[in-house]
Amino acid sequence: MASLGSVLLALAFLAAVVAAALALLGRDGERRWVDRSRHTVYAFCALLTLCVAIIEIAFGSNDFSFNIVQQHSSRETPPFYKMAAMWSSQEGSLLLWAWVLSLASSAALYATRNRLREIVPWATAVMMGVAAFFTGLMLFAPDVNPFAATPSPVPSDGVGLNPLLQHPSMMIHPPMLYSGYVTTTIPFAFAIGALITRRLDAEWIRSIRRFALISWAFLGLGLLLGARWSYTELGWGGYWAWDPVENAALMPWLVGTAFLHSIMVQEKRGMLKVWNACLVVATFSLALLGTFLVRSGVLQSIHAFGDNTVGPYILGLIAVVLIGSTALIVSRLDDLRSPKRIDSLISREAVFLVNNLLLVGLTAVIFWGTFFPLISELFTGEKASLAAPWFNRYTTPLAILLVLFTGIGPLLAWRRVSWASARRIFLVPLAIAAVATVALLLFTDAAHKPWALALFSFASFALAGLGQEFWQGAAARKRLSGGSMAGALIALVSRNRRRYGGYIVHVGVAVLLIGIAASSSFQTNRDVTLRPGQSTVVDGRTVTYVRPTVAVDSEKFTFGALVRVEEDGKQTALLHPSRRFFRPTGVPSGTISSYFAGEATSEVGLNAGFANDFWIAPQPDISSVQRQVRAADKGFAACVRAGPGTPPECKAIATMMRAAAANPQLEATALAQISALQAATADRIARGYVKAGAPVTFKVIINPLVTWIWIGGLIALCGALIAIWPSRVRRRGSPVRTEADALKEAKYREIRDAELDHASGKLSDEDYAILDAELRKEAVRILDEVKSG
Amino acid sequence: MNPDRKRKIRLVVALSVAVLLSVALIYTSFTASTQAKEPSELLAAAPGTSYDMTGKVVKGSIAHQGSGIAFLVKDRDGSGRALPVTYTGTIPDPFRGGREIVLTGEMKSGTFVGEPETLVTKCPSKFTTKSDG
Repeated sequence: MASLGSVLLALAFLAAVVAAALALLGRDGERRWVDRSRHTVYAFCALLTLCVAIIEIAFGSNDFSFNIVQQHSSRETPPFYKMAAMWSSQEGSLLLWAWVLSLASSAALYATRNRLREIVPWATAVMMGVAAFFTGLMLFAPDVNPFAATPSPVPSDGVGLNPLLQHPSMMIHPPMLYSGYVTTTIPFAFAIGALITRRLDAEWIRSIRRFALISWAFLGLGLLLGARWSYTELGWGGYWAWDPVENAALMPWLVGTAFLHSIMVQEKRGMLKVWNACLVVATFSLALLGTFLVRSGVLQSIHAFGDNTVGPYILGLIAVVLIGSTALIVSRLDDLRSPKRIDSLISREAVFLVNNLLLVGLTAVIFWGTFFPLISELFTGEKASLAAPWFNRYTTPLAILLVLFTGIGPLLAWRRVSWASARRIFLVPLAIAAVATVALLLFTDAAHKPWALALFSFASFALAGLGQEFWQGAAARKRLSGGSMAGALIALVSRNRRRYGGYIVHVGVAVLLIGIAASSSFQTNRDVTLRPGQSTVVDGRTVTYVRPTVAVDSEKFTFGALVRVEEDGKQTALLHPSRRFFRPTGVPSGTISSYFAGEATSEVGLNAGFANDFWIAPQPDISSVQRQVRAADKGFAACVRAGPGTPPECKAIATMMRAAAANPQLEATALAQISALQAATADRIARGYVKAGAPVTFKVIINPLVTWIWIGGLIALCGALIAIWPSRVRRRGSPVRTEADALKEAKYREIRDAELDHASGKLSDEDYAILDAELRKEAVRILDEVKSG
Repeated sequence: MNPDRKRKIRLVVALSVAVLLSVALIYTSFTASTQAKEPSELLAAAPGTSYDMTGKVVKGSIAHQGSGIAFLVKDRDGSGRALPVTYTGTIPDPFRGGREIVLTGEMKSGTFVGEPETLVTKCPSKFTTKSDG
């Protein structure tokens, strides 16, 4: 099987190279070559799918002759985690990269099979170039071939998957982040194609907008899942630490957000072409940088990564991408210049520009902070690092401004807004924000945290503004077509998915930022040491350590603590957090001490609520347990040696061990008896821990509004899905969507948008009259072209 | 004012703001950062200065001491003399002998005293091909 996999992987590499070559042969748009190239990409995708299937089957069937399986799985690994173990390895994660890229490339080429005839060949070449790079890496770089064989003799069991990684998020968090990273290749490839062929109108942007959005949503979901994982599993109670690996995923997401906004300006107004080209290159480079960072060990991170054999290659690719793209953009500057200017500072495009600058500024701050250890070493010769307070100092004000513009942007129309209509539009949201601010000042202690207060005010402004958008849109829709308000709202969103999906994303982001601001500013974090039966009061809640619990099985010791939480005399939660000590898997474990030689993980006690999370994790003092375990191990060692000091319970075993010299069968029986005795002893020691009732140090966190982060994230994701969802393909005669069709549809959408803006009071009568006439003239011109072409 | 001139002024204002901000960014990053040192360098370091210590916990050296822990660290490549460390506060899940850690603190009479809640232990195993059990 492994050799079949290697052959398939080699074929996949060839397919990628051939697809790129065929695409270049068809660079003049000759269908024959372009079609063949696309079909080869499909073949590439099929081959990699088979490779992934082979690896997954090997994991599923415990085929330890695969090195990857032997190193990352074991017989005891639960089936669910066997499926996820592939991407816990370096080589498996590279395979995942290449596979997702093959899927995304195939989807992108299928979607554009009848369009962008000049751009597609070059885009194919770029995508397949990247694909060949990653596939080639697995084949030719040392130690990263997923089909490498285990050095013989093949062990009967594997090393196992690290218990810290055994969390449901493992199944979905890494693939989401990878999909996010990988799909940034598609917009990049089409941008390069557009630059090379000088087809720099909005057409290529329309084709990749959906992919950029998908990539953005994947990255966002990956970040959210990572935060959630850290919060519930890692025993420190935070969801974000400004760790280099987290930052690496956040940066392309931020630049991607900027890109999604500024391409709208290019689509509507034909401006910001240079900026967009730079953003798409930056997003892709940052995604590669993220892939590089987790494999290089150049920065200190809580995510430690062993080998760095592929780091330098990826760095090389980043260099090629950056130098090549910059040269290309510079050589096309004349084509990228736009004759149009921003008409007014109170217009949607102006706000988009500001939001772009904020997002890029945020990215620059994070980039500087992340790479500061290297920068510092370069200038001062000393490695020095920046901690969370430094990041917070700059990111907080930028995030606050961003949430403000999240609110302003949707309220303004394109081109220009007269002062009179601006006053009308802003009145209600400003009033609501003012009321919310006063309420916060009166009823909460938000006044002590000016940054948080500012964020809450701006977020309430943004939410009120977005609410007004939905309300007015639905009201206008109802006037046009009747029906109920709810029906009008649904029709409004489903007929204008891009716009209202985007607004829903804004709602989600505002809610998420409220959650972050509240939980980081008003958190109570205490360490308390309690004996069983003792209570303490944390932030108005009585926390009682009811009793210790303990459990031992073949793989771990679990020290638990039953904790009761009361508020105003009423029990609000009964939690059972614990700390687990795992035996290292895959190595023979002859001692009870081995339980404490493996990983330790916290099972957090969490009582999540809409207003507050109560979070608790115990740090039991197990030094007395460890002492007893060591003493017991000494006794068992004496059994095996059968020498002096043999404890009474294994006298019989000692006799057997002595006899085993002559009869090896006896030895196995004796060892089995020792194992049974060890299990009984471990059990006894565990029961002793419960009886002794040693004090336990608890970390208690009361975190306001954390739930809002997850809710906000989910809202944003739903919004993104609505915006991504394809509109029904209208088949009028020909099933083929041509370039002209797409242009025509885009223009119709613009006319509808303007109509809606006018009906909901965003555009004044005279502005609408001018805009509508202009748009209709353009539409007629396109229709003429369709007829004559 | 003619639009060209207006645009030029806007550009100059925007650029100066950007320059000012980046100067602040660069300045604060150099003053707010803590130097990273390995245990062997710290043995000779002056007391009273805060450092980020990065090192490897010596296996079997972890002992409970009062409400905290005491242990030894060596350089990341395992060389050099061992540095005694004390620490009170949350101990991350992956912390144990043989692991790499990052800890902020300062030297006090030959011992590195860690600040509470600054102990970072590296997540093990992802992408390593060797087992470190």
